[in-house]
Amino acid sequence: MPAAGFLFSKKEWLYFTILAALLLVVMPLAVDVFRLNLIGKYLTYAFVAIGLVLLWGGGGILSLGQGIFFGLGGYCMAMFLKLEASTPAATKIQSTPGIPDFMDWNQITALPSWWQPFYSLTFTIVAIILVPSFFAFVIGAAMFKRRVGGVYFAIITQAVAAILTILIIGQQGYTGGVNGITDLRTLHGWDIRTDSAKLILYFVNALLLIGVLLLAQSVRISKFGRLLIAMRDREDRVRFSGYDVANFKIFIFCLAAAISAIGGAMFTLQVGFMSPSFVGIVPSIEMVIFAAVGGRLSLFGAIYGALLVNAAKTTFSESFPELWLFAMGGLFIAVVMAFPFGLAGVVKDHVEPFFAKALARFSKPSPEPQPQAAE
Amino acid sequence: MQVNEQLSKDFILSIDSLTVSFDGFKAVNDLSLYVDENEIRVIIGPNGAGKTTVLDLICGRTKATSGSIRFDGLELTKMREHEIVHAGVGRKFQNPSIYEDLTVFENLELSFPKGRSVFGALTFRRDREVIERVEEVAEMIFLKDHLHTDAAILSHGQKQWLEIGMLLIQKPRLLMLDEPVAGMSVAERIKTAELLNTITRNQSVIVIEHDMKFVEDIAHRVTVLHQGKVLSEGSMERVKHDPRVVEVYLGH
Ligand SMILES: Nc1ncnc2c1ncn2[C@@H]1O[C@H](COP(=O)(O)OP(=O)(O)OP(=O)(O)O)[C@@H](O)[C@H]1O
Ligand SMILES: [Mg+2]
Repeated sequence: MPAAGFLFSKKEWLYFTILAALLLVVMPLAVDVFRLNLIGKYLTYAFVAIGLVLLWGGGGILSLGQGIFFGLGGYCMAMFLKLEASTPAATKIQSTPGIPDFMDWNQITALPSWWQPFYSLTFTIVAIILVPSFFAFVIGAAMFKRRVGGVYFAIITQAVAAILTILIIGQQGYTGGVNGITDLRTLHGWDIRTDSAKLILYFVNALLLIGVLLLAQSVRISKFGRLLIAMRDREDRVRFSGYDVANFKIFIFCLAAAISAIGGAMFTLQVGFMSPSFVGIVPSIEMVIFAAVGGRLSLFGAIYGALLVNAAKTTFSESFPELWLFAMGGLFIAVVMAFPFGLAGVVKDHVEPFFAKALARFSKPSPEPQPQAAE
Repeated sequence: MQVNEQLSKDFILSIDSLTVSFDGFKAVNDLSLYVDENEIRVIIGPNGAGKTTVLDLICGRTKATSGSIRFDGLELTKMREHEIVHAGVGRKFQNPSIYEDLTVFENLELSFPKGRSVFGALTFRRDREVIERVEEVAEMIFLKDHLHTDAAILSHGQKQWLEIGMLLIQKPRLLMLDEPVAGMSVAERIKTAELLNTITRNQSVIVIEHDMKFVEDIAHRVTVLHQGKVLSEGSMERVKHDPRVVEVYLGH
């Protein structure tokens, strides 16, 4: 992939412009706030999918537990919002006013000390990034230093996702249990439930997503990105070229975690709650499917994959809720078997040649030869 | 021990009573081997003699059960793989091991010893020094016209050269090549022999090879391994006429 030009090639800049226009202009104009909020929710999953493109597409490291990090980011945000919603005045009917309602229901009489710092928005924002990164660091160091990889790594991440879910549900006095942390209202006094807030949050989310896309791209075109490809291919060769392979894997795992966490925090803000059902095994696998459908090698694909699969999920599960999981499984198998590079692969192999041909027909011999980098 | 300490001053690599046992099977059995500065040493021996395992032990891929490997004053058996590389040991694998999804240029660039930490790799810049060195090495390994070719579509022989180039660009003091001419045409073998003879002006090389013609072209000294032990050692001439070597290896 010789990157011509800054960050992206010319063709990729075109895709970037289309995406930015779609997210920032077309969608807000085309749909009402309710639907826009829904799209915003789908886009929070795109963060996770971008993380997976780096981790899985780039480095060949499949994590089936990205819900862990999405959830941790979301919970950090939810804790802050919950504390703000639990003023003594708002909770005066509780036996202990001033603490979150679910704590009161569980006979807890004082705010646990580890909740305390979440009164601060600055702390919360830092925690949204650092808590999941630290978690990823611990898992990554334990696994990659021991050279655990491939299927074993995937299974371990599943197990961690399951354990975390069980922990959250079991410790309901501290976490809100299976219902999660609900009834979130304001951010520094700004009511996040109003239509205008939803509109603003949509734009914040979309801009953050675009920022993350650019960040991910800058990692991909760096030597680090090429090393990931090399590691995916020949890990031993990389090691015997003088690199401490585990450190590289740990870093990309942490980066993917931090990116997912931003998505989780934005989810909480836009949807107004966070619960264990976004942390566990099923959501984690769904997130991998978003990346697979979009094309695990393509950052743009990740975003479209998240949008399309979630839109399909909403439509489909309204009519046949119990069939959705099967449909999802079927979709995953179909994509992996028939389109291993997902939507992005289809675009590259079918749509682009079509346009290239059309262009060639309408213009004189194209002024710019097309150096198609074979992948 | 005292004597060995003394000796190891003169050798770039000294292996003393090295043993590795895989579930009781000693693939390398009380082996001692000494390589001089700027020497080309060839290791030959029948299949399963333990040749590849010796290289695995030197580069840290396999941990020794007992014994010592000293390189340039460092005890390699206690070091991790990438530290051994940093110390100046480069190793080529038996099957060409290159990055097929990257171009020849990128393959060489990744092997250039700069930006080897996570942060270094993120901030690495393809500056003049890198480009010049990559081009220089590409010329040595006969791939100058293929710099922007995807490594996947190189011929088998070219892949072998590329991997050798990926080691050369690290400027190792000890280069270890496992069957570098396997699968090469006669013409390619001759070019490879020339290449090795040029590069050893400032590095030591250990080569494992089955091709006797090639061995004669390059070897300064030959070590014959058999069942994890040194069967014979010396000039090609001497080894060739050693009756034990003829019996277990050259005879057929
Ligand atoms: N990791 C391992 N675990 C168990 N046995 C091993 C391992 N590595 C090597 N062996 C065994 O050790 C012996 C020596 O193998 P090695 O690969 O070093 O032979 P070689 O001399 O390189 O042979 P060839 O000429 O076929 O490449 C073989 O019997 C092999 O099966
Ligand atoms: Mg071998």
